[in-house]
Amino acid sequence: MNADGTINRTALPVIINPDDMKALEQALRLKEQYPGSTIQMLTMGPARAADVVREGLYRGADGGYLLTDCAFAGADTLATSYALATAINRMNGYDIILCGRQTIDGETAQVGPQVAEKLGIPQITYAEEISGITEGRITIKRHTDDGMETAEAPLPVVITVDSSAAPCRSRNAKLLMGHKRSTITEWNLADINGDAAKCGLAGSPTRVKTVGSIIPTIKESIVIGNSDEEIELLMKELQSWL
Amino acid sequence: MNNLFVYIELQEGSRVAEVSLELLTKGRALAGQLGCLLEAVAIGTGLEDIATQLMPYGVDVLHLFDSEGLYPYTTLPHTSVLTKLFKEEQPQIALLGATAIGRDLGPRVSSALDGGLTADCTALEIGDHTDTATGKHYENILLQKLPSFGGNIIATIVNPEHRPQMATVRAGVMKKAILDAHYQGKVVHHDVKEYVTDADFVVKIIEHHIEQARHNLKDASVVVAGGYGVGSRDNFDSLFALARELHGEVGASRAAVDAGFVDHDRMIGQTGLTVRPKLYIACGISGQIQHTVGMQESTIIISINTDSEAPINTIADYVIIGRVEEVVPKMLKWRKALHPLTKREISESIDQS
Repeated sequence: MNADGTINRTALPVIINPDDMKALEQALRLKEQYPGSTIQMLTMGPARAADVVREGLYRGADGGYLLTDCAFAGADTLATSYALATAINRMNGYDIILCGRQTIDGETAQVGPQVAEKLGIPQITYAEEISGITEGRITIKRHTDDGMETAEAPLPVVITVDSSAAPCRSRNAKLLMGHKRSTITEWNLADINGDAAKCGLAGSPTRVKTVGSIIPTIKESIVIGNSDEEIELLMKELQSWL
Repeated sequence: MNNLFVYIELQEGSRVAEVSLELLTKGRALAGQLGCLLEAVAIGTGLEDIATQLMPYGVDVLHLFDSEGLYPYTTLPHTSVLTKLFKEEQPQIALLGATAIGRDLGPRVSSALDGGLTADCTALEIGDHTDTATGKHYENILLQKLPSFGGNIIATIVNPEHRPQMATVRAGVMKKAILDAHYQGKVVHHDVKEYVTDADFVVKIIEHHIEQARHNLKDASVVVAGGYGVGSRDNFDSLFALARELHGEVGASRAAVDAGFVDHDRMIGQTGLTVRPKLYIACGISGQIQHTVGMQESTIIISINTDSEAPINTIADYVIIGRVEEVVPKMLKWRKALHPLTKREISESIDQS
């Protein structure tokens, strides 16, 4: 952890987020279903995060971008979504933006909707399956708290893919050979023509005030072993609580 | 102006979700501390009796947006309403449930207002903050507390410069309590057309299918929960057997869910369910704060762990040092021996056979 309470990401391994892999699989299926469509990967992080983009290429994505600049460091979800949306606008158009529902570190699930709002397009969250696209409208099965629903949205749209969606296919050996050394386009703040005041820590409305270790209410525990006699005694006591 | 707002989530048309009542209760307490009003926003169709459900929680102003097409929830119309209303009313705090709806709507609104949003808070308090970099002092702002990334630490997040200070909270984290059955706040009927445009209705819900809940973990009086230490999906069978015998339900830590031992809907903790059973049996759970915030208010906690230093042991009433696959079958055996089936249960089992 950094002194300002943000996460020191350089000290952490860069892995592709599990929900993002589910999103990639949905993209690959759409590409198969609608020949001629292409997939671009986009991520933000330290230089090593190029590997995340590469994982997409190994499975059938056509290209990718890595947003990397110290100006992006320390970003909360709002500043992250600003940078991503600005980069997306810099790309050559889009119909569908797929992303994982949430990351396994922050788990806020906020970046997808925040990007959609910045782009001014609709969003479908918690998507499990994309049924298809007819006349410019996409049909999606999504989770709600009490069940499932089928939603239909126009394009362009942001779709956040739920962890319940189909797992991603494995790397393709031929693509792996072909892309092992392919360069990933790196974009910094100037490349996307971004506003430094809206990026990174400077562009983050939330601040970490304190990080404290918690002192749990320490109870006086009774420690017992796992002999038959001890368990029997415990289960007898348990009778009186239930 | 500058009051505390709660977004009201609706189920089955016009029934207020529990999480909204929990947030109103917390909001009432915080508004009292701040000396501001508690305001609620309900957006839907056919909301005639919403006020009677909400007022007892101490709502001073209820903003009603009642029109065709606003139920079932879709993102854009609800975003447009909240964004415009917040621009007009300038709330200092806005709270939403960390539900499928709140997690879809909250970030959208925060992005439209360029404000901060803190997800899955486990405690909300009012306090002061001094920015270490600028030295600027802020009084009476919202302290948003939540377990933090990596280890047993709690982070306090603040939103010093932007309003509203937005936060989401999971269902069951706060406790609901009626303030006054006869509390009478003001109801403001808004003209929906001034807030929502036709373009907001581009997303259509074609079909909504309610699935029967597979368990009643949230309200179970006994929870047998397993962690990574359970070891496998098969090993969870004995936890299910013990839970059945104790008329309880099976829960899990995130590690067990991620390992694929048990389904995601049984996860207990900050980003899962919060439970307060009479008895909580933690099997092979180390007790990271992300888990314990979801179960620490259980009346009696038993921890089964090979590690006598597991953090969960510090909040346990009983600590059994041993392997889950040895201890749980023994518990099951003694439970059956000490608590033979009652006559009614025997007759039920005969009926079934």
